[in-house]
Amino acid sequence: MKPRIRPSYSPPIDQVGVVQRANRFTNRSIKGDAKMQGLKMVLSMIDLTTLEGMDTPGKVRQLCTKALHLHDQVANLPHVAAVCVYPNFVALAKQKLAGTEVKVASVATAFPSGHSSLELKLAEVQYALESGADEIDMVISRGRFHSGDFNYVFDEISAVKEACGSTRLKVILETGELGTFDKVRHASDLAMEAGADFIKTSTGKIKPAATMPVTLVMLQAIRDYHRRTGRQVGMKPAGGISKSKLALHYLVMVQETLGTAWLDNHWFRFGASSLANDVLMQIVKQQTGQYQSADHFSVD
Amino acid sequence: MAKTNKTRSAQLENQRLPVLKTYKMFIGGTFPRTESGRYYAPKVKGQSLGNFCLASRKDLRNSVVAARSAQPGWAARSGYNRSQILYRMAEMLEGRHGQMVDELRLQGATNRQAISEVNLSIERAVYYAGWCDKFQQVFSSVNPVASQHFNFSLLEPTGVVFHVASENQPLLGLVSLVLPIIASGNTVVCLASENKPMSAISLTEAIATSDVPAGVVNVLTGHLDELSAHFSSHLDINSIALNRFNSKQGNRTVRSIREQAVENLKRVKEYDQNWTPTNRQNPYLIADFCEVKTTWHPIEKISAAGSPY
Repeated sequence: MKPRIRPSYSPPIDQVGVVQRANRFTNRSIKGDAKMQGLKMVLSMIDLTTLEGMDTPGKVRQLCTKALHLHDQVANLPHVAAVCVYPNFVALAKQKLAGTEVKVASVATAFPSGHSSLELKLAEVQYALESGADEIDMVISRGRFHSGDFNYVFDEISAVKEACGSTRLKVILETGELGTFDKVRHASDLAMEAGADFIKTSTGKIKPAATMPVTLVMLQAIRDYHRRTGRQVGMKPAGGISKSKLALHYLVMVQETLGTAWLDNHWFRFGASSLANDVLMQIVKQQTGQYQSADHFSVD
Repeated sequence: MAKTNKTRSAQLENQRLPVLKTYKMFIGGTFPRTESGRYYAPKVKGQSLGNFCLASRKDLRNSVVAARSAQPGWAARSGYNRSQILYRMAEMLEGRHGQMVDELRLQGATNRQAISEVNLSIERAVYYAGWCDKFQQVFSSVNPVASQHFNFSLLEPTGVVFHVASENQPLLGLVSLVLPIIASGNTVVCLASENKPMSAISLTEAIATSDVPAGVVNVLTGHLDELSAHFSSHLDINSIALNRFNSKQGNRTVRSIREQAVENLKRVKEYDQNWTPTNRQNPYLIADFCEVKTTWHPIEKISAAGSPY
């Protein structure tokens, strides 16, 4: 086991400062070529997601097809980074996406609540890995975190990371349930110390999901961790990002907090389902000058 | 004594500094200023009406987004409920009768014209309130077909309609088309009369308080020539309602709108500017903004008389 983290380790967060700073990223004017590049970058960073109780093999197949054929009418579109599904759909998604660069991410560890025993969680991770998952999205035990049992949360993350081996692990903090920026910062530091390859805001099941201020707090944690240890950790805001303009604001925030090294789908992802269509509509608008209608794009 | 009082109140009125109104647009149930920060001041007989927003293409875009997201919910309401809401609009307009008359006079109408225009506008709201749950019965049909099918046609709303308001009758012209458009479940984005936009903005204040869901009616103010290329080519607008222009330039504008509307087969409807005659209110205006859906339902012959249903 790695050395554990102490709560005092994380610096306090200036809430007003963070909100104002996050707000300032929304004032950048991105037009023309820069906008087009930005939109394509957003597209390449999307984890196309379906995590519903009513998911069916058909729905997952449809999602995989969408990942491969975003909008064939437009040439030279990048593909999305990954599809994100429940563990029992991993094998199917893997089969549909065989031979492509689109990865398959699987949620695990009793998603979305995280209420289960460590043994069951590890078994679930094992199942997802054996089914062929390229990435694992785990949730932290918020109940334990809130009751102050930080060591449990830390040990759990490092146990899951150990089970993942070289497979990249995204750790979902579920910031909407953490309550304060201080706790978000603490949970981020804890997850990174425990071995997370990515930290992720939300499951998408709780509101508020990803917001710009909360993402900024996590980006700052990544920056500080990188300065201290030299290890680069990825970031994935998820849930509530459905408009391309907002996605571009996020890219500005990443660029101005972490720098260009993170502007790549290896280090930054958007967890979203309807964002892709909005970005596509914007790209076609940029190309044709006409505002688009959802009628002419694939169904989410 | 009475005379002294009158002089006093006149004096008081002279001392008072009137509060001038900021005219804003109506998008998605809220009253935003234009995103572009631009304004224009239309003049009537040399007198400025005030500063009005000069809508940009982004305002147009935002209002179409609002109209699109409101449309399914509005269409899903029962005709009866839409009736109630349109009637509520009439009630709200009645309460603002005096204000509407004053504003029409400011915009160049005589007292008599102004009163008649407001009266007719309220009447239109009551008239179309009555039609919301009845037009379907009048226009839909069971069609005789020579096969084993129960074949019927009914009207469905077109979707999002863009309406360029009348320049002559800034209130009556607007309501005379907005009401039949929304009666069937469409949502509408209006460009208010360019030279007399005041009544349209006051109308939206009545609409905002009359249970019309946010985004069902949206009103922009600005220049038609600036916006026409953008709304006529916008793929998420399904139909355009225009008032006929009696000028060469107007005809050129309409022609270019028609040409660009072809891309997504928008239905472009043009109407006469004079909305006063009673026959200008009719259910055919509702049908103009509907599409006909015909269903072929397979059946068996189940009665000896050969009745298919």
